[in-house]
Formats: sequence, structure tokens, C-alpha cells
Amino acid sequence: MGKLLEVKHLKKYFPTKSGMLHAVDDVSFSIDEGKTLGVVGESGCGKSTLGRVILHLLPLTEGTILYKGRDISNPSRTELHELRRNMQMVFQDPYSSINPRQSVAEIIGEPLKVYHLCKTRQEYGQRVRELMDIVGLPERYEHSYPHELDGGRRQRIGIGRALALNPGFIVCDEPVSALDVSIQAQILNLMMDLQEERKLTYIFVTHDLSVVKHISDDIMVMYLGVVAEKSGAKALFEKQLHPYTKALLSAIPRAKLGGERNRILLKGELTSPIEPPKACRFAVRCPYATDQCRREEPALEEVLPEHFVACHRVREINQL
Amino acid sequence: MAEKTGGKRKKTSQAAEIWKRLKKNRMAMAGLYTMIIILLLSLFGPLLSPYDYAAQNFTDRLLFPCASHIFGTDNFGRDILTRILVGGRYTLFITFVCITAAAIIGSALGLLAAFYPKMDNGIMRLVDILMGIPTMLMCVSIVAALGSSMKNMMIALAVTQSPEFARIMRAQVLTIKDREFMEAARSIGCGNTRIIFCHIIPNALAPIIVQYTLGAVSVILMSASLSFVGMGVQPPTPEWGLMISAGRDYLRDYWHIAIIPGLAIVVTAFALNMLGDGLRDALDPRLKQ
Repeated sequence: MGKLLEVKHLKKYFPTKSGMLHAVDDVSFSIDEGKTLGVVGESGCGKSTLGRVILHLLPLTEGTILYKGRDISNPSRTELHELRRNMQMVFQDPYSSINPRQSVAEIIGEPLKVYHLCKTRQEYGQRVRELMDIVGLPERYEHSYPHELDGGRRQRIGIGRALALNPGFIVCDEPVSALDVSIQAQILNLMMDLQEERKLTYIFVTHDLSVVKHISDDIMVMYLGVVAEKSGAKALFEKQLHPYTKALLSAIPRAKLGGERNRILLKGELTSPIEPPKACRFAVRCPYATDQCRREEPALEEVLPEHFVACHRVREINQL
Repeated sequence: MAEKTGGKRKKTSQAAEIWKRLKKNRMAMAGLYTMIIILLLSLFGPLLSPYDYAAQNFTDRLLFPCASHIFGTDNFGRDILTRILVGGRYTLFITFVCITAAAIIGSALGLLAAFYPKMDNGIMRLVDILMGIPTMLMCVSIVAALGSSMKNMMIALAVTQSPEFARIMRAQVLTIKDREFMEAARSIGCGNTRIIFCHIIPNALAPIIVQYTLGAVSVILMSASLSFVGMGVQPPTPEWGLMISAGRDYLRDYWHIAIIPGLAIVVTAFALNMLGDGLRDALDPRLKQ
């Protein structure tokens, strides 16, 4: 399995009145084909922006993106059009991510029309019904409008639309956070089944740690636009090295009576992502912060095999 | 909603869906039928009338409604019914041409302003200027500059009606642009043209249609006013507004001369308003029946 997507030193800055907002700041990672990278972090940490920049829904400020070894950082219009066939997105809110004036079949079939993939009406109709079947939408909903369906079915429409072009790579931007827990499981299972059948590669952006544990092979924890920790999913849930990850994972609710729980409560406010100082971004809230942390930005280093952490004191804290 | 055949919805086009919903709205259908009757009457009515709309007959002047002249006659002895029917042609023609032109031009400007932020300032300041001038004054100036005629009055009316459409369209497009399905459309490779025609316009249309019917009413009234001051349709053409202004001198003793064309305007305006309201509901699939 080769690397499908490689992102190197990706930066995305937004100009604001009071300076540059560093939404994504020097993020590098790679994903192997058929794997899922979970991107977690609190709201505003740049995880959704990261997904959108990779899909060129937002232009990148700096950095390189390689897809199957090909540089796609600055695609031309035709290149971009071609790329979109391979890279798709499933959106967060199934209520606003589909056009309320189109019927289910029209929404799912739109990519086919845009790319002129079907020669005849019959072929088109058949392909749309196939897609509906794949995502588990009964055929009778073909001519229904989104407002007649519930959140889970709407999200199935969104997934069907993303699959229409037969992409190899899908960015899932919190696809289940707007759904009920029971429906979340259905949608997650659907996505995992699809991954297995079609060898899909996912970037799964979420703030929901139990979801990410369920679906990811690798996990990348982001904090204010930078990567705090990156490792295999299992390894991360067994042992967290970065103080932020520790705090984040201690916040997962456990369904166990009388169980011991050491919640790490973070003090302080998020630092502003606008023109951040050269320092560890977590230093303000970190219980272990020293002067060095407030002066120097820590680099991402491989502390344990395949386990990357950006923290000056990682070895001291974890007694490695 | 739609007819069910074994639990599966039948394939229906968007227009058929809208028609189906519209049919359920009695007020709207009443408005629609009234408009159709008015249209048919003004198209074919004059052919059936025994009188000529311009022929003066001084023996029969100022007659109240009676058997031979159902709506009476005016101060020149012309049959008012015939004049109403012929006038309907002019009034409806002016109204629909002006408001359609205004809606297309205005909406296009509003859409461009909202979709291409670079053009926003330029277009919207132009719209502000047009809106800042009182409508009547604006029409009078345009007609005065171009010369009094029906064509020039129509140009003036279309120009004065369009800023309203531009504003509404711009506001609509700005809110639609921020919705997630716009991003979704980009991600599946839609170009600007497809985004505008398949995603923006269908979602922006409802208030435009309401404004269309309201604007149609104000065009009827404005063209009447302009004809009244002699800047629009010229006598003896029996435009409804012109007929009201001609009847104004006789209002105390022979009120029917002004009241009957006035009623024609009221009925048309009312029918249009009801139709517009019903269309707005029918165009929005989210509204529960």
C-alpha cells in the first residue's frame, strides 16, 4: 500500500483586520491508501479548514500537497476539475449541505451530469438507483425532496453524492456530529463498509473522540492550527504523550459506575490564532509549561516509533 | 404530497409539482382564473362589441349603465365597456412587459453584485442612486427626456422598478452563497454557470415572484398616473388610468366613468396579488400543506 496523499508544510492563513489568522500552520502528514486518518481537536483548531484546503475548496497559503505522488498544490482549472473526480467531501450538516430544491435523485446524480458520465437517460437513472442502493436509500425516495427525509437519510444522500464519481479519497467533515447517536452508528458503519468494499481513503475530521476511535487507523491531534500529536489510533488511546491529548482524552465520558476518573481540567483561554507568538501554542494552558515553552515553538518529533509529538518536555513528563 | 403508486413516488417534473401545489390553493386559483378571464376578455372582447372604442356619439353621452351600454358611456358618448376591454390590452401589455423587463434586469444586476464581490460596490451604488430618486419624479424625467409616448413610458417604468429586484436578489444570493450546499456544489465540480442556474436561482426565486406581482400592481398604478399627466399613453387610446383621469371631471354627477376603470384596476391588482402569494407557497417545497 503506497502513500495516497502527502501533505507537506501546509499553511492556510486568513487575512483579518487585526492581522493574519493562522488557521492551519505548517501541518505535514501522509495517508496510506485505504486507511483513515482521524483529525481531532476542539472547535476552531483548523481541522475543517485543513480538509477544505486539501480539496481546494479554499486556496492554500503555502505548502505542498501530493496525490499519488503528483503535486496538486496549485492545480489549473482543468486539473482541478479532474482532481475532483478523485477527491470528494462529505459535509457536516445534512440540513444545509444539500440543495432543498433538488430531489434525491437530482442531488445524487448531479456529479454524473457535471462530468457527463452517462450517455443515455436510462444509464443515468440506473446509476442513480445503484448509488441510492449502495448508501441504503430505498428506491421510493428517488423523487422525494430532502425536507421530507430525516437527518440520517439526508446524510446518506450526501454520501451518495460523494460516491457518484467513484473517488478514491474522501474528506469527511464531522459527518455524524449533527445526527442522533443511534443514527451516527448506522452512518459510521455504512462509511466503514464502503471503505472496505471500495478501498476508500478517508480523512475523518471530528471533535468526537469515541467516533474517531471507532473509525481511524491513524489519529492526528490538532491544537490551534498545529499538530500536537500524531500516531496510530490504538497507540494513541493506550498512551497519550502530549499534555493536550491527555486532557482531551480524559474528557471522554465513560459509561461505568464508580469507575475511577482522572479528568484533567485545563485552565486558561485559547490563545488567539491571529499572529500567534513564536512559542508553544498550548503553553498558556499547559500545566507543565516552562520558559522554554513560552519562547520556542516545539517541532514535531518521533518520540516513540510512529508516534510523533510536538512538545519540549514530552520525555520528562512521560518519563521516557 | 404526490400520488403514490405502490409506495413509490411517481416521477414528476419540478413544474408539475409546483402546479400540483398551486392547484390546492383556492385563493391563488381564483386569482389565476380571474387573470385568465381578464386576458381573454381584453384579447377577444373588443371583437364582439358592437361599438367602436373611439367613436363619439353625442346623443348617448354620459349615460349610466343600461341595457345597451352595460357600463354606460363617457362624456363623448363612447361605450365604456368596449373601452375597458380595449384598454385592458394596453394596460396588461404595459404591465407585463415592464415588470418582466424590470425583474430580469434587476435580478441579473443583484445576482452579479452578490456573486462577484468586485462588482458589488459599483452595481449597488447605481441601484442606490436609482432608488434615491422619487419614482414619479424619475419616470417624469425619463419620459421628458425621451419624449411622451407609450414606449418611453414603458422604458421609464422598467427602469424605476428594477432596483427593487436588484436589492432583493442580492440579499437572497448573499445568504444562499453562505450555505454549505454551495461548497458541496463546488466540490462535485460545478462551474459558475451551473451553480448560478441550478443552485442559486431556484433558491432565490420565491421573493422575486412576490415582488413581481406587487411590482405589477404598482406598474399599473404608475402607468395610470403617467397617462393622467399626459406623459404616457396618449388619448384617445383607452388605457385604464387615462380613463380614470378623464372621468375625474365628472366624478360628482357621473361617477361611473371613473369608478368602472378603477374597479378594473382593483380587480386585476387583487387577482395578481393572490396569484403571487399562492405561487410563493407553491414554489417552496418545504412549506407544509
